[in-house]
Amino acid sequence: MLSSSRAALVAAAAKLPRLVTRYGYCTTAAGERQQQKPLSPKITTHPTRNDRAKDPRWKDIDMTRAADEADVVIVGGGPAGLSAACRLAQLNAEKGTEMRIVVLEKASSVGAHIMSGACLDPKGLVELFPDWQERGAPLHTPVTGDKFYMLTEKRAIPLPLLPGMPMHNHGNYIVRLGNVVAWLGEQAESLGVEVYPGVAAAEVLYTEDGSAVKGVATNDVGIAKDGSPKDSFERGMEFHCKQLIIAEGTHGHLAKHLINRYDLRAGREPQTYGIGFKELWELSEDRWRPGYVEHGVGWPLDSGTYGGYFIYHLNEGSPLAAVGFVVGLDYSNPYLSPFHEFQQFKHHPHVAAALTGGKRIGYGARALNEGGVQSLPKLTFPGGCLVGCTAGMINVPKVKGTHNAMKSGSLAAEAVHEAIGSGEIEPATYEEALRNSWVYKELHSVRNIRPSFHLLNGRLGMFGGMAYTGAVWYFTRGREPWTFSHGGTDHEKLLPAKDCKPKDYPKPDNVLSFDLLSSVALTSTNHDHDQPPHLTLYDDSVPGQVNLSVYDGPEQRFCPAGVYEYVELDDGSKRLQINAQNCIHCKTCDIKDPTQNINWVTPQGGEGPAYNGILIMTTELQKSPQVDMKGFLLRYETFKGRSGWKKRWAVLCDFCLYLYKEQTSKECFYALLLPNSRVTQSHDSSGQYRSSI
Amino acid sequence: MAASKGLKILVGCKRVIDYAVKVRVKPDRSGVVTEGVKHSMNPFDEIAVEEAVRMKEKKLAGEAVAISVGPPQSQETLRTALAMGIDRAIHVEIPLAQLEKLQPIHVSKLLAKVCESEKPDLVILGKQAIDDDCNQTGQMLAALLDWPQATFASKIEPSQTIDVSVPAVVTSDLRLNEPRYATLPNIMKAKKKPLAKMSPDQLGVDLQPRQEVISVEDPPVRKAGAKVESVEDLVGKLREKGLVK
Repeated sequence: MLSSSRAALVAAAAKLPRLVTRYGYCTTAAGERQQQKPLSPKITTHPTRNDRAKDPRWKDIDMTRAADEADVVIVGGGPAGLSAACRLAQLNAEKGTEMRIVVLEKASSVGAHIMSGACLDPKGLVELFPDWQERGAPLHTPVTGDKFYMLTEKRAIPLPLLPGMPMHNHGNYIVRLGNVVAWLGEQAESLGVEVYPGVAAAEVLYTEDGSAVKGVATNDVGIAKDGSPKDSFERGMEFHCKQLIIAEGTHGHLAKHLINRYDLRAGREPQTYGIGFKELWELSEDRWRPGYVEHGVGWPLDSGTYGGYFIYHLNEGSPLAAVGFVVGLDYSNPYLSPFHEFQQFKHHPHVAAALTGGKRIGYGARALNEGGVQSLPKLTFPGGCLVGCTAGMINVPKVKGTHNAMKSGSLAAEAVHEAIGSGEIEPATYEEALRNSWVYKELHSVRNIRPSFHLLNGRLGMFGGMAYTGAVWYFTRGREPWTFSHGGTDHEKLLPAKDCKPKDYPKPDNVLSFDLLSSVALTSTNHDHDQPPHLTLYDDSVPGQVNLSVYDGPEQRFCPAGVYEYVELDDGSKRLQINAQNCIHCKTCDIKDPTQNINWVTPQGGEGPAYNGILIMTTELQKSPQVDMKGFLLRYETFKGRSGWKKRWAVLCDFCLYLYKEQTSKECFYALLLPNSRVTQSHDSSGQYRSSI
Repeated sequence: MAASKGLKILVGCKRVIDYAVKVRVKPDRSGVVTEGVKHSMNPFDEIAVEEAVRMKEKKLAGEAVAISVGPPQSQETLRTALAMGIDRAIHVEIPLAQLEKLQPIHVSKLLAKVCESEKPDLVILGKQAIDDDCNQTGQMLAALLDWPQATFASKIEPSQTIDVSVPAVVTSDLRLNEPRYATLPNIMKAKKKPLAKMSPDQLGVDLQPRQEVISVEDPPVRKAGAKVESVEDLVGKLREKGLVK
């Protein structure tokens, strides 16, 4: 519940006279007309907040929408959405049913809104595609080393990483996740799924009686910044479907709407979040340790602010590393800037040692969910369900959620397939299936780790959390009979500015740390400037009245893209300016706004960041001559007295067969010259390809 | 050309790195990084496509054909053109190995060959591509075909006194129009529109490079300027730099 002072503020904001007309008159309680300065110039021009039916500029515009039918529509082409799509297609092939499956993805291409540089547990992928290696899934960097550090201002204290601890990464892969998602998109298309990137789902459609979901509508295009129709205006189209799967990622906007409409959080805790930053660095070769994974906590975050870092060294030919930083959004100081904490962190001697001599080539940020099982909403509603991060399945201490997202997508697909077959409106078997799966078991076992950070009212902070993990969790593994609560929503935890100390962040040195705007430029984000800002406010007057005066405008600090700015007007007052073009779709503002006045809606499809997650093959291969054939080869080898068939990577090129120990090895260990030979392929009864030379 | 049928228009589109992307020079300085980077249709070509579609809507043109010279992914660019209202598309596929060395002289020769078989009345190209900024293809094409050219067009309309007689080559400038969006229903319809593939060999054009890129570099970092308080200061500073005696 909101504390009394906060509730009073929000109530006061709600009472602000809404009768101010364009010309600045308002009706007082006594019914007299008085001229007043406009409380605030109009900021929100988006059609979701301005009914076009009542707007004279839209009088003559045809607002009918074309409609199309599909069996299943999936909103969001990420790991969860695409896994659901693939699993549905697989089920159709297995059971001989036919379904039209449509995936709508707001990014201009599949994978472009996925922040790359992740440590992936292949569990979810293996279940979906046991033959993922043969299919060429871009998992190229197995984890070779794993360390955990506690950073103080000057030192980095290594902490023991015992097997069984969630941060232990043996068996996992470092991947560029946008890469993997693009590959998943190709698999989906080859299975017959229709994938439409550049299309944003903007609105949920309901049946006549409003009880069930019947589909989605895509975004309109061609609306000018002031909300009027342009010549290029075109209405979005409708997809009517039997089942709608929402896979929008953390804090999706349609998910937010559906959760409110169907009260899916009844009896459960609200979701809590963190903001994750990721930079892609090209390291200097001597500091690059391919396959090395490092996690840590501590400086510069104070003990009351949850967060940590990771550094993943990729092994894809060039010396790339992903440097990440997470700040829990339940921080209380409105002067805190997660972006600047991240930039400062890179100056720590231990971190600077790894990055010096390197070059930053990528930047991105996204909110991530930290609530675990306590915050899982009800997953199904009449006409559809929620999968992946949109529901909230990240294993926080492990800092991994992709495997859970993929599994949830598969389970949802099975439930949806069943529901369509039996004519059920709600795919109710999904939630039970998830609770019986390893996803739930895993999330349940770590449920107390994140909230243990708040032990003793947060006075122990990170130490408390780590002490709990080491002392209690390591032995109980989640079997302890209690479940800690998160203690409320993130936005409620923000304290008024007067109760907090301003923070003084050092200036960026442009070698290790950088300023916000040059970072945003690296995301290559862009939006058509002539459209209503997609960061809408329920009440345009609240930023000035509450956010700025009480909290000193925290949105100027927590937005990782510089969207929110308080600019000074001629009369000395400050006004909120929304630079919607910078937005990188992270959703942090919607989450952390203390007045919950900001409502992120989707902009036109095809806009937003353009993260480069697609594999860059080893530069040697690029320069090499045309390869005739490459693939895995079984070779009978003898090693230390034992003989057997060993799987090797083979490249046939220019009449020479080169053998490599691994697909990613840079040098071959064996070469066989084959002049005057031909390669013929023959099938044998086992169905394996055999090539005879 | 029968007046009732309308003009046949050929529109060129090029797949280039999206204008909003932060471009990076390759470590070996041979070019810029293109792999995995967001690409889209050259903005000037979008304007050209829009103009062709508008002429069709005004019944000035009967058929609009889009052509792109580029790698396999150029098909996506052509599909966008089809979704905007073009009738059919031609893709002249260039193998990846030759792509980096492709220059306007080659493109204009390929386009000229296609014009011989397609026989368009009007060719509309973007005035320049935003990746190389050459601003040559339109002019070269007109020269090869020996057709009149009207470059940097900011308005195209028929008039009693025809300033440029068709067949002609026109290149589009920024103010010509504001392109429409390719919306999903049109994208879905575009999947069924014909897209023909050709190779440079079929057209009999050799792609030997005429130029060699020696190196590509980042622009030099801007040095901070210095403010001066008075004219004497300014002259003094100029003298220091040896720019003024």
